Amino acid sequence: MGGYIARRLLLAVPVVLGILFVTFLVRAVIPTDAVTAMYEGQITDQEAEATTALIRAKFHLDQPWYIQFAYYVRDVAHGDLGESVRLRRPVSEEIGYRYVNTLILTLTALLIGIVVGVPAGIIAAARKDTWMDVTAMTVGLLGISMPAFFFGLLLILVFAVWLELVPVVPRGGAALLLPALTLGLIEAAPISRLARSGMIEMLRRDHIRAARARGMGETAIILRHAVPGTLLAILTVVGLQFGQLLGGAFIIEVIFGWRGIGELAVKAIQWRDFALTQAIILVSAFSYLGINLVIDILYVWIDPRVDYSRA
Amino acid sequence: MPEPLLSVRGLATHFVTRRGTLRAVDGVDLDLAPGEVLGLVGESGCGKTVLALSLMRLVEPPGRIVAGRIAFDGSDVMAMDDKALSRLRGRGMGMIFQQPRTSLDPLIRIGNQISEPLMQHAGMSRAAAAREAIALLEAVGIPAAQARAKSYPHELSGGQAQRVMIAIALSLKPRLLIADEPTTSLDVTVQAQILALLRERCQALGTALILVTHDIGVVAQLADGVAVMYAGRVVEQGSVAAIFARPAHPYTQGLLQSAPVLGARRDRLNAIEGNIPDLSQPIAGCAFAPRCEARAAIGQRCDTDPPVPLPAGQDHMARCWRLAAA
Amino acid sequence: MSGTLAAAPPSRLAWVMDRLWHHRSAQLGGAILAVILLSAAFAEFIAPHDPMAIDTLRRLSPPSATHWLGTDEVGRDLASRLIFGTRYFLMICLVTTVIAAGAGTVLGLISGAGPLVADAVIMRFVDVLLAFPTILLVLAVIAILGPSLLTAMVAVGIGNIPGYARLIRSAALTVRREEYVEAARALGASELRIIFGTVLPNIVSPLIVYTSYAMPLAALAAAALSFLGLGAQPPAPEWGAMLVNARSFLFTAWWAVAAPGLAIFAAILGLNLLGNALRDVLDPRDA
Repeated sequence: MGGYIARRLLLAVPVVLGILFVTFLVRAVIPTDAVTAMYEGQITDQEAEATTALIRAKFHLDQPWYIQFAYYVRDVAHGDLGESVRLRRPVSEEIGYRYVNTLILTLTALLIGIVVGVPAGIIAAARKDTWMDVTAMTVGLLGISMPAFFFGLLLILVFAVWLELVPVVPRGGAALLLPALTLGLIEAAPISRLARSGMIEMLRRDHIRAARARGMGETAIILRHAVPGTLLAILTVVGLQFGQLLGGAFIIEVIFGWRGIGELAVKAIQWRDFALTQAIILVSAFSYLGINLVIDILYVWIDPRVDYSRA
Repeated sequence: MPEPLLSVRGLATHFVTRRGTLRAVDGVDLDLAPGEVLGLVGESGCGKTVLALSLMRLVEPPGRIVAGRIAFDGSDVMAMDDKALSRLRGRGMGMIFQQPRTSLDPLIRIGNQISEPLMQHAGMSRAAAAREAIALLEAVGIPAAQARAKSYPHELSGGQAQRVMIAIALSLKPRLLIADEPTTSLDVTVQAQILALLRERCQALGTALILVTHDIGVVAQLADGVAVMYAGRVVEQGSVAAIFARPAHPYTQGLLQSAPVLGARRDRLNAIEGNIPDLSQPIAGCAFAPRCEARAAIGQRCDTDPPVPLPAGQDHMARCWRLAAA
Repeated sequence: MSGTLAAAPPSRLAWVMDRLWHHRSAQLGGAILAVILLSAAFAEFIAPHDPMAIDTLRRLSPPSATHWLGTDEVGRDLASRLIFGTRYFLMICLVTTVIAAGAGTVLGLISGAGPLVADAVIMRFVDVLLAFPTILLVLAVIAILGPSLLTAMVAVGIGNIPGYARLIRSAALTVRREEYVEAARALGASELRIIFGTVLPNIVSPLIVYTSYAMPLAALAAAALSFLGLGAQPPAPEWGAMLVNARSFLFTAWWAVAAPGLAIFAAILGLNLLGNALRDVLDPRDA
């Protein structure tokens, strides 16, 4: 097991370098008009040029790209993600608590998505082609067609304004409810689709037929033989779903004013604050990598079929 | 003639697909005495597996049993509800399949898989079932049964997995065991062992056995009776001795001739020419006629009238117009 | 002995079209998309008002006889803006898919059917891209190029390239192993001819199926970017951009939010319905 983990981490190294390189590209390009945008036209063209030169020097932009990259990697390794030009503060400070907020939102939404989506998909598969299945599939179809931002606004309208169940500007823990619900319910749609097709595939397997031939009841077969296999199969895909979830989270944060890195990223891009943008992308990419790594290891650990020496 | 254990009349199982209705089983009659071993022989695609599944009503959509009666141990199988079917399977009839390793749940240990039906249907406690599971493993010839019980299916060889399947299928002491091509995916050396095991276990428990196979040679060793299937129908049925000594149906004759015999030199293998007919199209006359060597001698009737079962000797019948002439 | 000629088998395309015509999802989805296409084509004739005409006196008025869906925050007619917005929607679908599928297919073909060295290099590159959730790649491109509708479309296109590349590569690999490719090579056909003659026709089906999943997602992503202010900029009548300002008036003039929102929803739904139907028809497992 330890060997597998070590090998998996080793395989992640080129990916890490790749992430660093791509995020590096974000900052490697700072045109003058971007600088002008940063200061919102408060400076003259000459000042803009001078400032650009200064910034360039500061970020080592006058050096060949590989030197720049080396500086960059060194900085990141030391935890120095640069300084936000706009906010004139170290980026890591700015990102810190927002990252946690985004994580809370995303994980809660994932939980909701799984709790709603997986049983729905499994039941739809078990009752394939009945009204339950058709209903679940229709709702699922509507779910994946629904833009997250529209759904969020809709929920605010319905729950905060028309039904007045939730204050329009909730405080504290209650503030998590609508955003997580919005994101979670929307995520439930693709998750239920996955669970359903995974389950249908599982029910076709030989060992399910053999269990029936032994006289096992349908419910027992589903719960004891089909569901565990299905859950295992969709585990890896759920990890990939996290990427979609992150995208949704960014949007939801903006709608609900949830102070996470998504909201910050959008502002950073509008400000043309490259250091900030780059840092957010870097941190998010590493998180995604980390989560998929954990899931890969979890999968190998749970599935008895996997031969560690060849995994 | 004592009351047959299994009595099938006019069984028909069709598959409704976009390309047409596939008549996989098209009117089969079968009788099986308690403890009897019946070999069900035919090429792939003749419907023997579908027939086997139909007996236990395990056929899945788009397949459906559209006609026929199945009487087992005094009960009408077609009339059973889900609960009764659940009781029938495992305790009345058992089944083992061609791919033993994939027939076992890959995520559960062997011992637990054997214990499961024991706890569910025989009401045993977990401990008692575990002990019984080990005893069953020993009975099917798995060495170091206690340790083996903790293995996962992927750790077993094909032969071992099939032994485990036999153990599970016979654990509730069913009166009938259906073995669908149980040795086809196994090594040649292991095949004989598994067949011997099947015979021994079934005899010990008094369980009747339907052995579904495409290899007529296998049937010679084990069976009491033989039923030959072609294009969804039983075209010949009788005792092993009768079928092998005096095969009445040209298809049976072809099967016997094409079976390679170890130790005998042949210049070439005689395969039966042609292919099985398309079962989604209605067939006029005898389904085997296009490939039949005797057709020319028998005449026009083969193309127009589907042959009915005709006697070919004591307890021996065949669907062939050649017998009508005699 | 009958002398009739057997009827020529219908071409695959004709068969697919016929099946789709009778498929309920395709009918509904097709209807929605037909409305969108017609609106885009004849917007000038259908729209009751000028989509850009500002009328501050009538800002945020509810649906009425003159303004069927009401007006937005500066008095522009919502219905007309929706109608003209169909053009943006179609453009987004087209551009993102052409970029993603085009580059992805080229990369996938070279990778799967070309020299092994190319495969190794391209796959490493694709793996790195796949390590990023799509949103991050998209944001990176927009950060570099600056927010606008064009960069949003390009960004979403680029973000979807790895998915297509991987798909086409595995399809090409499967075909490559087929014997008829060996036969063609033995007969002296050039590599290029082999790629286009044998590999290409066999990747069409998985390509269409994948696009049926990917296009609606791409369109949603572009709309979301506009909503965030990173894509199409107001006053363009792009549905996502329309929501940017309407958002502030959610409680007072909900129709300004509902109209573009429902338009996006309906359009994506139409794409998904058509996609479902297409997959139903093309999927061999159904036979």
